[in-house]
Amino acid sequence: MVAVTPETGQDSGLGADLGAQLAAAFDAAVAAEERVEPRDWMPEAYRASLVRQMAQHAHSEIIGMQPEANWITRAPSLRRKAILMAKVQDEAGHGLYLYSAAETLGTSRDELLDKLHSGKQKYSSIFNYPTLTWADVGAIGWLVDGAAITNQVPICRCSYGPYARAMVRICKEESFHQRQGFELLMALSKGTEAQHAMAQDAVNRWWWPSLMMFGPPDDESAHSAQSMAWRIKRHSNDELRQRFVDIAVPQAEALGLTLPDPDLKWNEERGHHDFGAIDWAEFWDVLKGNGPCNEQRIGQRRRAHEEGAWVREAAAAYAEKHSAHHAAQNAATNEEAGV
Amino acid sequence: MTGTDAVQSDGVQSDDVRPDVIPSAALTLGDDALILSHRLGEWAGHAPVLEEEVALANIALDLLGQARVLLSMAGDEDELAFLREERSFRNLQLVEQPNGDFAHTIARQLYFSFHQHELYAELAAGDGPFAPLAAKAVKETAYHRDHAEQWTLRLGDGTPESRARMRAALDALWKYTGEMFQPVDGVDGVDWAALEDRWLAAVGAVLERAGLTLPEGPRSGAWAAGAGRQGLHTESFGRLLAEMQHLHRSHPGASW
Repeated sequence: MVAVTPETGQDSGLGADLGAQLAAAFDAAVAAEERVEPRDWMPEAYRASLVRQMAQHAHSEIIGMQPEANWITRAPSLRRKAILMAKVQDEAGHGLYLYSAAETLGTSRDELLDKLHSGKQKYSSIFNYPTLTWADVGAIGWLVDGAAITNQVPICRCSYGPYARAMVRICKEESFHQRQGFELLMALSKGTEAQHAMAQDAVNRWWWPSLMMFGPPDDESAHSAQSMAWRIKRHSNDELRQRFVDIAVPQAEALGLTLPDPDLKWNEERGHHDFGAIDWAEFWDVLKGNGPCNEQRIGQRRRAHEEGAWVREAAAAYAEKHSAHHAAQNAATNEEAGV
Repeated sequence: MTGTDAVQSDGVQSDDVRPDVIPSAALTLGDDALILSHRLGEWAGHAPVLEEEVALANIALDLLGQARVLLSMAGDEDELAFLREERSFRNLQLVEQPNGDFAHTIARQLYFSFHQHELYAELAAGDGPFAPLAAKAVKETAYHRDHAEQWTLRLGDGTPESRARMRAALDALWKYTGEMFQPVDGVDGVDWAALEDRWLAAVGAVLERAGLTLPEGPRSGAWAAGAGRQGLHTESFGRLLAEMQHLHRSHPGASW
């Protein structure tokens, strides 16, 4: 998007109309599917919208470590333990990419973490549900990661370059996690009666919250229209939700598990599955902080941050001492060399 | 990341298993890796900084990978991990010590990873049954050692608080270090006394750079040095096993 950098704008003598001209050029470039890069001019609202979305995404990755890490120490085989540890580690890695991508918009990781800890920024509400049994680890992989992938694959084509590129890598890993979750549930479903029941119970509990992950219905979604125009978002919440349901239904059949919705059936005319009404009252309630684990999740996050403060201070003090030491050494060397 | 290797491999590679392996020796080395990996896994979601979530998980995954190979040399990895009683575990008492604060975890890593690296380097150079595993693992332990060293320097030479915490952690865990140099039956070709000398010199050098010194005092706890190797553990170990084993034990014969 070299065409709309402030420098070229000024060179062409746009004067008082500069803002409007830049905005028009930006809109045209985005509509033409050009990528926006960190040094390009962008409307403040675009920047703010991206920071909000990327921060929420990064926060979801690191809060999302908790419900699964809850089972690392209890994983029932060493193979499953290795898979789960690697998955939770990947989530930390995704958090790192996303905070770094957000930094390209001029906002630091510390700043974003402060906003998470103070409740000014949100994370995906799905992580406010508890992981009560081992099968929940599989249900999260299959359904929650499955829903996340449905949401995130289109973001690989997001207009903002650093976000789009981070998402390419993240989606690859997420689809690996989703297959692992599916495979975990398959082992349970085909296992003993108790294991099968555990898998069914987990799917019963995670199905509806997974559908809520796509956000409110299109007519109630606050940020959707502008995000679509800016090519941050590519499909509406309801479209993505439908896509997810259509993918999940045959997968549930393959697993030998049922989905807890009596209204779920194929609609020949629409070429899609119809499904029952989502309990939006529950969605808004959990979002407002009244889910089963809201306080626990944010509490653990804050505690880890506070208890780690002395470690981060030590690392900073050490780095400063040693860079000062280096600088002094360099100065001495320069002096000797007569520079 | 090494995690991916662990994930992609469904079990152990047969070229690691040799007919001349002594099962109790494989179990001894395997238990060290298994239990330390478990403790490090407890950090997930609690680390002081995001980079450490990744680093600690990385080390935990390396150790779990080693444990799986070693336990499989002695029998079925899951039966051995999930169905043995506390008195049958042969791990060092050092590796079962609770995480404590970050300084305790780093001190435990410093003591253990320098030991494990020296031991595996020696095993890798020989032609015993552990040589193939050690040759792979020594690349991992080099990183573990480096990680522990870097943090020991930062904490020792960071702030007065970090220095005090590191000092306290080094002192608290010192008594568990003597056990690392008790000869293990079936781990042949190791000069344990020389290993101990090299360990003292290497750890001492790191501590000196960090502005710290080797702790003083006895290097064996209330039990004689070598207790963990004989299945005598500390109280927190029973709870670790209860948590680790309960799900597996609750479904006898189930596959996961």
